[in-house]
Amino acid sequence: MYGMLIAIGSLTLIGLTLGTILGAAARQFAVKEDPLEEELKAMLPGSQCGQCGYVGCGQYAAALAKGEAEVTLCAPGGKVLIEALANKLGVTADLSGHEERVPEHAFIIEDLCIGCTRCIRECSTDAIMGANKLMHTIIVDACHGCAKCVPVCPTDAIVMVPVQVTLRNWHWSKPEIEQTQPKQEVAHAH
Amino acid sequence: MKLFPILGGIHPEYRKELASEKAIVALPMPVALYIPLQQHIGAPAEVLVNEGDLVKKGQMIARSGGAVSSPQHAATSGRIKAVTDVTAPHPSGLPQTTIILEPDGKDEWGDLPEPITDPFTADPHAIHERVAQSGIVGMGGAAFPSAVKLNLGTQKKLEILLLNGAECEPYLTCDDRVMREYPDEIIDGARIMAHALGTARVVIAIEQNKPQAISIMTKAASAFPDVEVVGVPVQYPMGSERHLVQAITGRETPARKLTADLGVVVHNVATARAVHHAVRFGRPLVARVVTVSGGAIREPNNVMTPIGARIADLIEFCGGFSARPESIVNGGPMMGQPLASLDAPVVKGTSGILALTAEEINDRPTSACIRCGNCVTVCPCGLSPLDMAAFIRKDNLDVAAKLGVMDCFSCGSCSWVCPSHIPLVHYFNYAKGVLNDLERESRKNERIKSLAEVRIIRIEKAAEAKRAALAARKPASDAAPPSTGGEAKAATEEKANT
Repeated sequence: MYGMLIAIGSLTLIGLTLGTILGAAARQFAVKEDPLEEELKAMLPGSQCGQCGYVGCGQYAAALAKGEAEVTLCAPGGKVLIEALANKLGVTADLSGHEERVPEHAFIIEDLCIGCTRCIRECSTDAIMGANKLMHTIIVDACHGCAKCVPVCPTDAIVMVPVQVTLRNWHWSKPEIEQTQPKQEVAHAH
Repeated sequence: MKLFPILGGIHPEYRKELASEKAIVALPMPVALYIPLQQHIGAPAEVLVNEGDLVKKGQMIARSGGAVSSPQHAATSGRIKAVTDVTAPHPSGLPQTTIILEPDGKDEWGDLPEPITDPFTADPHAIHERVAQSGIVGMGGAAFPSAVKLNLGTQKKLEILLLNGAECEPYLTCDDRVMREYPDEIIDGARIMAHALGTARVVIAIEQNKPQAISIMTKAASAFPDVEVVGVPVQYPMGSERHLVQAITGRETPARKLTADLGVVVHNVATARAVHHAVRFGRPLVARVVTVSGGAIREPNNVMTPIGARIADLIEFCGGFSARPESIVNGGPMMGQPLASLDAPVVKGTSGILALTAEEINDRPTSACIRCGNCVTVCPCGLSPLDMAAFIRKDNLDVAAKLGVMDCFSCGSCSWVCPSHIPLVHYFNYAKGVLNDLERESRKNERIKSLAEVRIIRIEKAAEAKRAALAARKPASDAAPPSTGGEAKAATEEKANT
């Protein structure tokens, strides 16, 4: 009887002590933000263009971390980003609805520009040069093709054009190998 | 001199006899020269002339566009016809900005910089400056600005200037001919370069399949105890900078390091001759020797060609085609690139123009990899081409990068040896292109991110300033009206009291 009391008492004591320590540690070393969210945020383009439907990249990252958003929403990131996000989150990306665009940048048709500066205010990377009533132009190196400036232009002077292939960024395409032999074998089998 | 073995390598049919006994002949001046702004690694040059300008031979027509860049000079006297886009000597056939020069037939030199009379007592800096101003780039094919390489002595401790006369590519004989015909100019240029670099020794390495060049160069070098001529084994790719250094010093250049980190700087023999001309006579690089060869060329030859002559002019000078060329190659058959158009010009890095017949190319349909391992045996970089190609085929570029695809320098030994005719180097060139693209893209994304952050900070600051201004105005508006407001208040209070 006495022994049983000792056992109950000591176990209760151990439980209480460990519980207190764990409770204190949870408060002391609490992680304020989901680390996954930070990592996802670092992977996103960070230009806050809002094409995913969220206010900015941070909000999209938060939604992704909670599993509320699809990985296919970021347009400027393209297929590479979708695959990286899917890999990170351990999900399979549904690429069927995704239309891979060639890299684009905005282009201002200078004859149509009236110098209203609306696109300048819209651009999240300061890629548009110009001033009031003066013609604007795009700094191609700073434009990542989010197309946010296109709808705000009152004269439809902004269009998206594909990034040009030059001697600097040209490279060999993937070799095309005639894989006729194995296919023929399959055909024979039928 | 003790030599060291290099890894892998192959022994292709050299076919140098097609052009090796043909003395250098000058190309008659064509009706127009097409001088591209980018003939080198680095930033393109910036145009200094306008349409209609009259220029003299050797006049600078485009200046260096940055720290790693090179100026361009008029290869003859004449009139600038236009500055416009012309097909580049590049497999893509894309255009690039090019200065079109119409020769006046006089071939008159303009005002050249003064010769450096005693280069061996001159300040090395003056020699760098002269080489940079003379538009000299590596003439072995890579076309890296030579002045940048000559400057390495200021950053690193150097022991040997290694002059590359290996010319390990089949068909090419231009370096062989230059060594046989201008040995003294090469050795003088090399000694000037060694002085600029601060190296005590000059080693000239020549593959043993060029016995005349070795004997002529050895004779010419005998007067100088610091210059040594070495015959190196015939083994493709012996002429690769890193492999030649390994053969001479026994030390392997680590990946992503320079041979200069081992104390060795490598320059091509033709580059040394160009340095001799620039320093001794003030003449910029305006012409080079190009080997025109291959089974489909009627009269293979070594042609002294003004920079900017069209490749079509060069082929016509060599009697045109004797058979249907399956491929026109810019450079050697192993590492050279197919040309998309014969309208492209000869540039400073053009070592050869080859018109190859179908038989010479031996293009066969690809079959499956039989894992024979021949490509692993011959790879001079110690890579595993079959594995890398398999991963690249499945778009697994990350794994290919881990296996070292970026350390491949596309020598072509693996493709040459593959019994299944798998285009291994094509896979690696593709992978390197995509990986470079991704790196460029991630650099751009970094930049975009920082631009967006800076903008947010600026907007917040502006808002903060506005709030502060508003706050500053508020107490002022409270303080300003007291005379009237205060009186009015007092008046109403008085009214209330009454």
